[in-house]
Amino acid sequence: MGTVNPVGNNVDETWAALCAGKSGIAPISKFDAGNSATKIAGELKGFDPLAYVDKKELRRLDEFIIYALACADMAMKDSRLVIDQGNTERVGTIVGTGIGGLTTIEREHTVLEQSGPRRLSPFTIPAVLPNLAAGQISIRYRAKGPISCPVTACAAGTSAIGMAFRLIKDGYADAMIAGGVEAAISRFGVAGFNAMRALSTRNDEPEKASRPFDRDRDGFVMGEGGGILILEELQGARGRGAKIYAEVCGFGCTADAYHMAAPPPGHEGAARSMEVALKSCVMDPATVGYINAHGTATPLNDVYETQAIKRVFGEHSKKLAVSSTKSMTGHLLGGAGGLEAIVAIKAILEGVVPPTINLDNPDEGCDLDYVPHRAKQMDIEAALSNTFGFGGVNAVLAFRKFRD
Amino acid sequence: MSIEEKVIEIIVEQLDVTREECVPEAAFIEDLGADSLDLVELIMAMEENFGIEISDEELQKIRTIQDAITYIKKKKGLAS
Repeated sequence: MGTVNPVGNNVDETWAALCAGKSGIAPISKFDAGNSATKIAGELKGFDPLAYVDKKELRRLDEFIIYALACADMAMKDSRLVIDQGNTERVGTIVGTGIGGLTTIEREHTVLEQSGPRRLSPFTIPAVLPNLAAGQISIRYRAKGPISCPVTACAAGTSAIGMAFRLIKDGYADAMIAGGVEAAISRFGVAGFNAMRALSTRNDEPEKASRPFDRDRDGFVMGEGGGILILEELQGARGRGAKIYAEVCGFGCTADAYHMAAPPPGHEGAARSMEVALKSCVMDPATVGYINAHGTATPLNDVYETQAIKRVFGEHSKKLAVSSTKSMTGHLLGGAGGLEAIVAIKAILEGVVPPTINLDNPDEGCDLDYVPHRAKQMDIEAALSNTFGFGGVNAVLAFRKFRD
Repeated sequence: MSIEEKVIEIIVEQLDVTREECVPEAAFIEDLGADSLDLVELIMAMEENFGIEISDEELQKIRTIQDAITYIKKKKGLAS
């Protein structure tokens, strides 16, 4: 597993920060947010791109691709998977993102307007296209198996892992490098979400701005980075003595078919995707102990997601721990599914549920155990990761404790 | 700074190679590890730095560092 995100530049740092309830939200430094309604975001801190790419690559790759290469580097080293002549065609890459190279689009568009078309960098298109995160990873590791890039907005990372899981299950690959990344904290990105009134404007208290399930929430806070997993078919993994963190056992994907951005009351599409994820691995809902919620802290999501969880789990929902780590990391958009899969897996491994911070007063209609303020110890047999994207996309992954 | 020195400075920066590798006969693609897109970007940097324009046909003929230096000097009306 590998991740870069607003609270850590690797898995261990991230997990420690989340369990300690640390926030990665601060005033925006990537650009002058003076005339922006939202002046806060979750940016990476102390991330050194030259640890993962050389100076030439630094110039020609958009940040989202660099983040993907960093996550893949850590995940590949962690897994010690060797890709060589013997298995090169059996290892694939699926890395999702919401928008790909947004900052490159902005920068080169300015060049176009100010200096004309001849001055555009020849690397503009390869830096902008969303599938180049998967592309550059597959080039670096010579992964010649299936390759793709789901662009399902805030569900992209989950979609990627889910698709990779199914490809292995159906025999098209033995291993997959899969996850999601995003680097959209830019003038255009922030302005675009502000125009929809989707972002928190609690600029004077950045660490308190992301308040999932809280009565005083006022929208999500943008984050950047993501996460990548190395998925492997079990026999092969056992055969090479791989370190196995958890079993990916189910994936559910459904559409709301309702509104381009808002979920319907009850969010039945989300409920169905949780049900599909559980059914696809024949898992009794009562086996699930933890749900890493989508929990964006928008007025609608948090209440409707709660309703959807109750529909799926019935009485058992009272025993669930449901936390939104977006309270600390912000919303990594296409990267959220990648990072949050890692969080769900770590929760199972460590027997600890990271908290939902800033939950001072749960909203009416938000009455589950969201693990407010402090992490809690809990023996977890199975966990879900929920992500719901604009366009009415619902994507859910189910993970189970691995026993040899 | 002479034209030769400026050209080498740009190449070192753009292609992430050392000064030592930048001998006049060094070929951009074969010796300095540039691909076709690197070459386009390199030529753009030359255009900006020297205030000249290099067409795509002319670009085809620039294969080595010496080619680039000779071409730029010609464009700037200097003897090579």
